[in-house]
Amino acid sequence: MRNTAKLATTALTLAALFAGTSMLPGVAGADDASITKGKEVAYDRKKGNCLACHMMGDGASPGDIGPPLVAMQARFPDRAKLRAQIWDPMVNNPGTRMPAFGKYQALSDSEIDAIVDYLYTL
Amino acid sequence: MKFKFLALAAIYALSASVVMADKKATDTTPAEDLKVYRDYFQKRFPGIPLDEYANGAYALDAVARDNWLAIEEFPPYEPMIEAGEALWNTSFANGKNFASCFSGDPAQRQNFPYWDAKRKMVVTMELAINECLESNGEKPMGYNKGKIADLAAYMAYQSRGQKTNVEIPDDADAMKAYNAGKSYYFTRRGQLNFSCAHCHMESAGQHIRSELLSPALGHTTGWPVYRAKWGELGTLHRRFGGCNEQVRAKKLKPQSEEYRDLEFFLTHMSNGIEYNGPSARK
Ligand code: HEC
Ligand code: HEC
Repeated sequence: MRNTAKLATTALTLAALFAGTSMLPGVAGADDASITKGKEVAYDRKKGNCLACHMMGDGASPGDIGPPLVAMQARFPDRAKLRAQIWDPMVNNPGTRMPAFGKYQALSDSEIDAIVDYLYTL
Repeated sequence: MKFKFLALAAIYALSASVVMADKKATDTTPAEDLKVYRDYFQKRFPGIPLDEYANGAYALDAVARDNWLAIEEFPPYEPMIEAGEALWNTSFANGKNFASCFSGDPAQRQNFPYWDAKRKMVVTMELAINECLESNGEKPMGYNKGKIADLAAYMAYQSRGQKTNVEIPDDADAMKAYNAGKSYYFTRRGQLNFSCAHCHMESAGQHIRSELLSPALGHTTGWPVYRAKWGELGTLHRRFGGCNEQVRAKKLKPQSEEYRDLEFFLTHMSNGIEYNGPSARK
């Protein structure tokens, strides 16, 4: 039991260390096209514009209002939770400064799914 | 390189304590608001003297400040001050001029905005300028930029060093206008669902992309502003409109009741800080 827990922790640490260097095994179920689209939508100023607030991937001059988006798969093993954060972050934090991209229709469902695919590569 | 982000956790904790946002606008008096608002920034940025807030984002970043000081050596707004002075001295068709409306003195900045008890409305300097024109049979000017900004730049320049001192009279209608301005400031709007306070209180000193967000304290002192991005002077209400659009909200008309009330609230919050307009911004 204890060993399993320790292994899990080690795995998490490793995941955190290697995130962003694409040394993690591929994201199950996400195809490259969706990942590419997710990155585009996330970086596009008129769409996600996530770089306004988050350091993520190789995006140039990111803002620092939100935390850096790294080791996403390790930190958000539950995909639904990550998706919910983008759909409506006010559920988690009513005072949040992050826009509710899904709830206020700034992004479509498929765009948000693609962003999650992309985030899982970070 | 990015480890400094960890320190942000502390700021998130602080943001939960934006006391003013959590209360109903009518729960506190202007004097109480002023204290909470000022304390918020002074606690958040210890060591920055009150008057420094007149310099917007440059109060918070030494490098940006040095670049800005270099620009202020040869101010891009200088020709506009001269154009404004010429306007001030130009006679209307009836022989009068702006001096006739402003007791002969262009140094008017500290007198605006004020509560006009008779008309039950907030009067800003730009509004008074156009009312002067209209009462003399002249055509009013556009409120965002151009001639009105030139004239305001001249008047602000002549007023440099005056202290902000906007009184909120203890009068039900005046309080209604003040509270409307305050509510506007703390209300989320637009598709991105941000309030003014989300960017200029909670995120002041942080970056939205590469743009350093200025603190709300002192926001009304330096107008009109020559913005490199505009390539010209703009008024405070032009900036309000731009900030509304950033969150994909509809901008309101300059000098609309909402924006005048907002200016009333926001200027009161900067009481005690010197007027230093016109100024230059990135
Ligand atoms: C204007 C600011 C802003 C924008 C734009 C923004 N976020 Fe955020 N984000 C935040 C803040 C602030 C937090 C911290 C949590 C909170 O305050 O609710 C956050 C938290 C997160 C988290 C949780 C991170 C963690 O470590 O817990 C994720 C995931 C996230 N954002 C993804 C995104 C994505 C994807 C986009 C673009 C589609 C985006 N954000 C756009 C401000 C923003
Ligand atoms: C999404 C973020 C955001 C929101 C919301 C926002 N602003 Fe801004 N604002 C900015 C940015 C970016 C600038 C330019 C950099 C700076 O000076 O802060 C700016 C600049 C300003 C300035 C000029 C400051 C100076 O020194 O030149 C004023 C005044 C201002 N905003 C007022 C407002 C008001 C009032 C609201 C609400 C109606 C508002 N802002 C909402 C982002 C925002």
